[in-house]
Amino acid sequence: MIGYVIRRLLLAIPTLLAMLTMVFILVRLVPGDAAVAMLGDRASAQTLQNLRAQLGLDQPIPVQYVRFVTDMLSGDFGRSMTSGRTVMEEVALVLPYTLELALAAMLIGTLLGIPLGVVAAVRRNRWPDYVSRILSLVGLSFPGFVSGILMLLAFAVWLQWLPVMSRASADPLSHLRSLALPALNLGLIMTAYIARVTRSSMLDVMGEDYIRTARAKGVKPRKLIMRHALGNALIPIVTVVGLYFGTLIGNSVLTEIVFTRPGLGKLILGALQSRDYTLLQGLMVVFATFVILVNTATDLIYALVDPRVSYAQ
Amino acid sequence: MTDFAISQSMPARQSSPVLRALRRNRFAWLGIGLLALIVLVAIFAPIIAPYDPLKQNILHRLSPPSADFWFGTDSYGRDVLSRLLYGARISLAIGFLSVLIAMVVGSALGILAGYIGGVFDQIVMGIVDVMLSFPTLLLGLMVAAMLGASFENLIIAIAITETAPFARVARAPTIAMKRRDFVEAGRSLGYTPLHIMRVHILPNILSDIVVVASLWMASAIRTEASLAFIGLGVLPPTATWGGMIREGFDNILSAWWLVVFPSLAILLAVLALNILGDALRDAIDPKTRSQG
Repeated sequence: MIGYVIRRLLLAIPTLLAMLTMVFILVRLVPGDAAVAMLGDRASAQTLQNLRAQLGLDQPIPVQYVRFVTDMLSGDFGRSMTSGRTVMEEVALVLPYTLELALAAMLIGTLLGIPLGVVAAVRRNRWPDYVSRILSLVGLSFPGFVSGILMLLAFAVWLQWLPVMSRASADPLSHLRSLALPALNLGLIMTAYIARVTRSSMLDVMGEDYIRTARAKGVKPRKLIMRHALGNALIPIVTVVGLYFGTLIGNSVLTEIVFTRPGLGKLILGALQSRDYTLLQGLMVVFATFVILVNTATDLIYALVDPRVSYAQ
Repeated sequence: MTDFAISQSMPARQSSPVLRALRRNRFAWLGIGLLALIVLVAIFAPIIAPYDPLKQNILHRLSPPSADFWFGTDSYGRDVLSRLLYGARISLAIGFLSVLIAMVVGSALGILAGYIGGVFDQIVMGIVDVMLSFPTLLLGLMVAAMLGASFENLIIAIAITETAPFARVARAPTIAMKRRDFVEAGRSLGYTPLHIMRVHILPNILSDIVVVASLWMASAIRTEASLAFIGLGVLPPTATWGGMIREGFDNILSAWWLVVFPSLAILLAVLALNILGDALRDAIDPKTRSQG
C-alpha cells in the first residue's frame, strides 16, 4: 500500500514536467512573440527590446526553457504585467470565491445527482429512468454560460426573485442570495454528470453475483440498494467525479462571467483582454497543477477504498 | 486456404447488429432527425434565410419577434433568424473539422501506441495524460488566445483539446486485437505492421471511435460557442451562435430574444449529437444492446 502511494506520487512528477513543457511551447505559439502581442505592432523597437529583456525572451530557447521550469517548480509562477502582483497573489485574491462556488455546486450535484442516478438504475427502462436520463442528457448538453443566461433571465429578470449581479457582501443572507443562482447553475450541470455516472455504476454493481446472493438470502430491497449496491457503486462514482473536476473548473469560469462574479473566470477574462500573457501562462500552470493533484488524490483515495487497485499494480 | 482461415477467425463485421439495434432505438432517431435538420439548415441557409445576416437596418434595431422578424432583430437591426441560420454553418464546420483532425491524429497515435507498445507507448500515453489534465475549455482558450482567434485557429485549438481522448479510445482495443488469432495469422503471413494496423485493426475498432467522435463533436460545438462567448470566436460581423449571445448579453434586460434563440440553437445542436452518441454507444456495447 505504502509502496503504491509512493509510486503514484512519483508518477505525478513527469506529468508535471510534461505539463510545464507544454505550457512553454503553447506560449511560444504566439505569432511574432509575446512582446509584440502585448504591446502591438506600433510599439517602438526600444520598448519591445525592454519588454523582451524583462520577459527573458532575448535569451536562447533552451535557456528560456530551463529558467521557466525552475521558476515554476520553485513556486514562482510569474508576475501579472498589468497589476504587478504575482500570479499566486492574483489567484489567492479570487480563489475563495471560486472555491465557494465549486463546493456549493458539488454539494448540490451530489445531493441531487446520486438519488437521481440510483432511482434511474433501480427503475431501469421505466419512466423514472427515462426522465432521469433525459434530464441528465439535457444537463450535459448545456454549455455553462447558456444555462446560466437562461437562469438569469428566468429568476433574476422575469421573476425577480434573486439579484442579477452576484456581489460579495458582508451580510450573510444577501451573500447567500447572490451565491444561489451561480451555484444552482453549476450544481445542476454537476447533477447531470453525477446522475449519469451513478446510474451506470449502479447498473454494473446490481448485475454482480453477490447482489443476487443477498437478494436470495432475503435482504430487504431498500437495504440491498442502499448498503450492498450503492456502497460499492460509490467508488467509481468518486473517481469519475474527480475526473470531472476539470469540467467543473471550465464551467465555473463561464458561470462567473455570466453572473459577473469575482473569481478565476474574471481573472482569466481580464488577462485575455489586457493581453497579459505572463498572467495567462501562470494561471494555466496553476490550473493544470491543480487538476493533476486532484487526479493523483483521486487515485490514492480509490486505492485506499478498494485494496484491489494497489495490489494489481 | 490460408485466406479462408483468416477470414473465418476475423470477428464478423459489427455493422449489421449495430444498425439493427439503432433501428429499434427511438432515441437514436430523435438525434439523427435533429442533426439532419441542423445540417440541412446550415447547407441551405442562403435559400431559407429571410434576410441578409449582415445587413444592418438602424430603423428596425432591437425590435422584438414579429411577423416580419420572427426572432426579432439585434442592436444593429440585423435579423436574428437569418444570423442563426448562417451561424449553424460556423458551428457545424468548426465542430466537424476539429473532431475530424482530432480523430485522425488521435486514433493514429492510439493504434500506434497500442500496437508498438514499450517505450513508445509510455511516451505517447504520458503526453495524452498531460493533455487530459488541462481543462478542455482552458486549453482551447489558451491556444486560441495564443494563435489569435480565426476560423482556422479555432479548429486547431479545439482539435488539440480533443486529440487525447481519441488516442485513449483507440489504444485499448488495439492491444486486445493484437493478441487475436487473425492478427497473429496476418503477421505470420508477412504482412507489414502498417498493413495489419490499417486492414485488420482499424476496421474492428472503428465503431468505438465513431461513438466517441459524435460525443466529442458535441463537446467541440460547446467549446466553440463558449470561446465565442468569451470573445475568442470567429471575428464579427460573421454570425456565430456564441458571438450572438455575447453581443446580446449587453441588452439582456431589454431584449431577451437576442440571447434566448441562439442559446436554444446551441442546446439543440449539442443535444442532438449527445443523443446520437449515446444511442450509438448503447448499440455497440453488447451489454446494453438488447434494451432500447
